[in-house]
Amino acid sequence: MNNKQQNTKKVVVPIGPYHPLLEEPEFFALYCEGEKVVDVEWQAGYNHRGIEKLSESKHWDQVTFLVERICGICSTSHPFAYCNAIEDLLGITVPERARYIRSIIGELERLHSHLLWVGLAGHFLGYNTVFMWAWKYREPVLDIFEIITGNRNHYAMFKIGGVRRDIENEDIPKIRKVLGELKGKIEMLTGAVLDDPVLAARLKGVGVLTKEHIKNFGAVGPVARASGVDIDVRKDDPYAAYPLVEWKVITTENGDVFDKAVVRLLECFESMKIISQCLDAIEGKKGEIQAEVREVPSGEGIGRHEAPRGECFHYIRSDGTNRPTRHKIRAPSYVNIPTFKASCIGQTIADVAIILAGVDPCYCCTERVAVYDVEKKKKLHNFKYLVEKSKEKTEKIRKEI
Amino acid sequence: MNIKIKALKKSLWVYHVSGGSCNNCDIEILDCLTPKFDIERFGMVLVGSPRHADVLLCTGIVNKKCVERVKEVYKQTAKPCVVVAIGSCACSGGMFRDGYQMGGPLDKIIPVDVYIPGCPPKPEAMIAGIVKVLEKLK
Amino acid sequence: MKDIIGILKENLGDRIKEIKIHNNRRIYLTIEKKDIKDCTKIIFKDLNARYIIASGIENFDSFEVLYHFGFDKEGTVVSIRTYLDKEKPEIESLTDIIPGISYIEREMWELLGINFTGHPQLEHFLLRDDWEKGNYPLRKETYEQ
Repeated sequence: MNNKQQNTKKVVVPIGPYHPLLEEPEFFALYCEGEKVVDVEWQAGYNHRGIEKLSESKHWDQVTFLVERICGICSTSHPFAYCNAIEDLLGITVPERARYIRSIIGELERLHSHLLWVGLAGHFLGYNTVFMWAWKYREPVLDIFEIITGNRNHYAMFKIGGVRRDIENEDIPKIRKVLGELKGKIEMLTGAVLDDPVLAARLKGVGVLTKEHIKNFGAVGPVARASGVDIDVRKDDPYAAYPLVEWKVITTENGDVFDKAVVRLLECFESMKIISQCLDAIEGKKGEIQAEVREVPSGEGIGRHEAPRGECFHYIRSDGTNRPTRHKIRAPSYVNIPTFKASCIGQTIADVAIILAGVDPCYCCTERVAVYDVEKKKKLHNFKYLVEKSKEKTEKIRKEI
Repeated sequence: MNIKIKALKKSLWVYHVSGGSCNNCDIEILDCLTPKFDIERFGMVLVGSPRHADVLLCTGIVNKKCVERVKEVYKQTAKPCVVVAIGSCACSGGMFRDGYQMGGPLDKIIPVDVYIPGCPPKPEAMIAGIVKVLEKLK
Repeated sequence: MKDIIGILKENLGDRIKEIKIHNNRRIYLTIEKKDIKDCTKIIFKDLNARYIIASGIENFDSFEVLYHFGFDKEGTVVSIRTYLDKEKPEIESLTDIIPGISYIEREMWELLGINFTGHPQLEHFLLRDDWEKGNYPLRKETYEQ
């Protein structure tokens, strides 16, 4: 409680737990002096479901479905990292066709997740047009998922040693067609977002993270890459089909929210490049899609996957029975969210909404393992304040330009 | 028909509460607002405060930390208020029912009027569920 | 690949009690509790590894903490393992070396009951503030109830 005592004289602006800015319940207390934010406190746990513990009571195949339900947006990243971990423990290689299919699913997910973020970021800035656009263009990606896997989210494609379903050859032209149309639309969206003077005025130089901050907090993914740290598990520790296709890691130098948006939008194009190369590789061919796995011996394994938000890390320990004895999950947001300590402090309240959103926080992931505050309860209705502030500032800048 | 109910039915304002979900139902709720599904054509708007809400859309298992908050949100809504449990987690606890952080399912905490199961339910299912709410109000 | 092991051996010397090379991208080192602070400092600051996460594990007769570090250019994960006393699990906090480690230490404290000495804010993070004392959900016996 040290923090709270020091900050008693400052104005506290609570964000959450139920807040239009966050689809998920989460609590941030902003300690302010005037307009300036002097400290931020993060209280988590509203999404904690005890998945690490539940995982110990399920057998190896069931855990894939459990980890899939850690998060709905990155619902392939966790099974991906989990399967990588088990395969690391077993020391097996996955058949080539399965590797391509895994990469396709992983990249489609990145595509829909980045579009989702662009939309939400627009929404927080009071640009609902961007929100509606981006989400409209996200729908065809979900339709592809429905064609391939049978569900819009929670695809259940992953399996230890391979994938559960094949991508049918007759579906490939449909996927190509949708992606082709999507490319033009995302190009237009990228142009519209990046050339917009209001967005540039709102986002440039806001919430800057330096390389040192990235190192100290261990931030990963687009947050790190926007600050010029070129870490990407797909390149550094290649798995699935990533070493077999041509693509590049996008980095920018400034580390502000604008650069994070640039990185995400440009990554969409890299994803589409990867998907089309993977489709080329599997089209018209037949092949095994799973390696045979009989039992998991005792030992430990580490699996990583570059989720849309950054590196997803799974550590598995087995004692030779049919269930894990320990399953440690580290979602990317767990290390990305604490960077607000560096990025929010010293900024104005109006900017905090977009800075917090800038890391693309995903609380479900963060709290995968398992506030009630009486004083703050009465301030619950204050939560509209921030988004309104943010929108006001956009309006003001729009008039000035 | 009660005048309140008559007024309520014209345009339902929904508020979304997540009590420890995997985010997927929440995203699908937002999806309902976007051009493809566009529930605004039925007069439904997602509002930012429970005090403005006619319908509470609840997702997630409602974990122990959320229980009090969800009750509080329910108290703040103007009555009559329809509570919809969205997704398997809110309906029954789903695969998390044995977890140590399980506080729900939702109907143990607040009265629930409509259940929409699925993991996650498709936006079409949610719209169908809301239409059932409208019928129920008659 | 050889050279990461070489560098680790050179820098940490005989403080490494055991090296387990699972494959060339996963290395596990065992280090005694008292040397953890020095060793993580060398790996994080001097060798410039990226902090990934720490995992706490309950074994039959001990607690175990694994600090995972990433050497990104080589694509290698180096995990530093240390064993703690079963009766009174306690280890020095690394918050002054790695600021980002604060949350995971809080999490291990509340879910596994490992005490981190010198941690600035050891209070409930994921669980309710009025969570029952001594009930650590990730411990094995909790599951039996």
